[in-house]
Amino acid sequence: MEELVEPTARRPERATVDIRRASMRAVYIIWKRDVLRYWRDRVRLVGALAQPLLFLVILGTGLASALRGAGGNLAGFDYQQFMYPGIIGMAVLFTSVFSAMSIVWDREFGFLREVLVAPIDRSAVAIGKALGGATQATVQGLILLVLAPLVGVRLTPLAVLEVIGLVFCLSFALTSVGVAVAARMESMMGFQFVVNFMVQPAFFLSGAMFPLTGLPGWMTVLTRLDPLAYGVDPIRRVVLGAGGTPGALLDRLSLTLGGQPVAIWVEVAVLAAFGLAALSAAIWSFRQRG
Amino acid sequence: MREEQPPGWAVETRGLVKTYGKVEAVRGIDLTVRPGEVFGFLGPNGAGKSTTISILCTLIEPTAGQALVGGIDVVRDPSSVRARIGLVFQDTTLDDQLTARENLEFHAFLYDVPRSERRRRIDRVLEMVELSERAGSLVRTFSGGMKRRLEIARGILHSPYVLFLDEPTLGLDPQTRNRIWEYLHDLRRREGITIFMTTHYMDEAELCDRIAIIDHGRIVALGSPAELKGMVGGDVIAIRTRDDRSAAEEIGRRFGLEPSVDPTGLRLEVEDGASFVPRLLRELAVPVDTVTLSRPSLDDVFLKLTGHAIRDEEVGARDRMRAMAGRWRGARGRR
Repeated sequence: MEELVEPTARRPERATVDIRRASMRAVYIIWKRDVLRYWRDRVRLVGALAQPLLFLVILGTGLASALRGAGGNLAGFDYQQFMYPGIIGMAVLFTSVFSAMSIVWDREFGFLREVLVAPIDRSAVAIGKALGGATQATVQGLILLVLAPLVGVRLTPLAVLEVIGLVFCLSFALTSVGVAVAARMESMMGFQFVVNFMVQPAFFLSGAMFPLTGLPGWMTVLTRLDPLAYGVDPIRRVVLGAGGTPGALLDRLSLTLGGQPVAIWVEVAVLAAFGLAALSAAIWSFRQRG
Repeated sequence: MREEQPPGWAVETRGLVKTYGKVEAVRGIDLTVRPGEVFGFLGPNGAGKSTTISILCTLIEPTAGQALVGGIDVVRDPSSVRARIGLVFQDTTLDDQLTARENLEFHAFLYDVPRSERRRRIDRVLEMVELSERAGSLVRTFSGGMKRRLEIARGILHSPYVLFLDEPTLGLDPQTRNRIWEYLHDLRRREGITIFMTTHYMDEAELCDRIAIIDHGRIVALGSPAELKGMVGGDVIAIRTRDDRSAAEEIGRRFGLEPSVDPTGLRLEVEDGASFVPRLLRELAVPVDTVTLSRPSLDDVFLKLTGHAIRDEEVGARDRMRAMAGRWRGARGRR
C-alpha cells in the first residue's frame, strides 16, 4: 500500500470533555427549542383555547342549568365558577402530555438521535424536555386566566402570582409523568393508549368537573392517586377565594385526606414528589437506551 | 497504556463482532483508518456497514472485539469518543421546524462550542455548504440536497476529529452528489479531518483514498481503488492507427506485448494503462489516431471477490425508515 502524505492531519484534542457543563447547556438548549417551536406555532396557542371554551361555555352552562333545575346549585356555588379552575387543569394536562409526547415524534423523525449521540449525560434530555413541556403547559394554563371575567371571577394580583406558581408545579409534575411514559414508547401508535388510559382518567378523576367528596370508596381511592387532583384543588381555592367565596364553603368542596381538607403546601409537596419521581424514572429510561 | 500514547490510527477495530440473536451482522472486522484520509466502506445493503458505523459512533455496543476512535475505546469511554466525532446519518436528524441557523446553534450547545466561537463557526460552515443565504429559513422548506448539506455542516461544526457519514448521498440527484463530494474533499484538505463513510455506490467509492469492501459482515478486501482493481487484472487499451498490422508488430517488439488485432483496431492489456499510454504514444513510430483506456471497475472487483454483483438499487424512504427503526430496536434490545 502506498504511504499517505498526512502533514495536515489533526490529532484528536486531548482535553477531556466536561460532561457536566455540556449537559447543563444541553438542558437549556433542549428547553429553548421546545419554547421556540411552541412560540412559532401560534395556531396551537390559539387552538388550545377552543376546547376549554367549549367546556366552560357549553358544558358549563348546560350543567349549571341542569343543576338548578334539579333543585339548587352546587353547594351554594355557581357551577361554571366551580368548573373554571378544573378547565385550567385540563389545559395544563393536555399540553403537558402532548408536549412530552413530542419525544416520540422526535424519535420517529430522527431528531432524537442528534441529541442521544451528543457527548452529554442523558439526564439532560429528560430534564430539558420536562422543563420545556412545563413551560408550555404553564403558559397554556395561564392564558385561560383571561376568561375569568367570563365566569364572573375577580382575581387579585396576589392570586395571579399564586396561580402561576401552582400551575407551574402542576405542569412540571404532569410533564414529567409524560416524559417518563414517552421515553419508553416505541411509536406514536401507543399514543391513543396513553390518551385513553392515562390522560382521560386523570382528567375525570381530578375533581375538575365535580367535587371529590361523598364518592364511592373505590373512586375516592383513585382520585387521591391522581396528580391532577392535587393541582386542580389548590388552584380552585386560590381562584375562588380571591373572588370572595367564603373559606368554609371552599373547605366543603376541597380535596380531603382522612376527612380533613388538605393544605395547599401539602398539595404542592405531593406534586413536587410526583414530578421528581417521574423525572427520575424518565432519566433512568433514557440512560438505559442505546 | 495505549490510551496515553498519541494515536496512530484515526479508527481501528480488532475482531469486531455484532450479533442480534442468531443473526451475525458483523463477523470479525479488522480495519485501520489513517488520520486525514477519506475511507470508504463499500457493500450492499445489509452487509453490516451501518452496524459497524453505529458501533464506531458508540450508538451500539459490539458483541465482541474492540473499536478505537482517535485511540479511545468506544465502549470504555463513549462520551470522549462522541465529543470527537461528527455524524451524518442516512436519515435526516434535523428539526425541520427550526431554521438552519437554529439547528446549528442547538448543535453548538450540545457539543459545548465556546460562546466566543459559536457565531463565527456557524457562519463558516454555512458558507462552506453554500447555505448562508438560507440560514434564517425553516428547514421544512429545504430540498433533500440542502438538508444533507446542512447536516454535513452540522457534523463538522464542533471540529470533530473523524466525520462519519452513513450513505451521505443516498437518494440525491447526481449533481448534488457531486457537490457533496466537493465539500468532503475540501474539508479534508482544509481541516485535515478524517472521513469515514459508507456507500453502496461504486462510483463514489472511487473517490475514496481507501476502501474496505464488506459483504455478509466480513471485509473481503481493503486498499486503494487502484489496488483493488489491480486484483482483477490489467487495464485494457484500444488503439486505432494508420497501419494496425505494423503497429502490432512494433508493439510486440518494443514492449513485449501481444496485441490482438481486429477490424476495429488493436487491443492490449497492461498493468498500469495510465502510465503506459504516454509511453506508447511517444515511442510508437506508427501514427495513432485514437486511444481508449478502460480500467476494470470496482463492480468487477466486487463481483470477483464476492461472486455476486452489488445491488445498486435506490432504497425507498419507507425502507430506510424501516431499517432505521430496526436499528433502534436492535440497539435497545442489547441491554
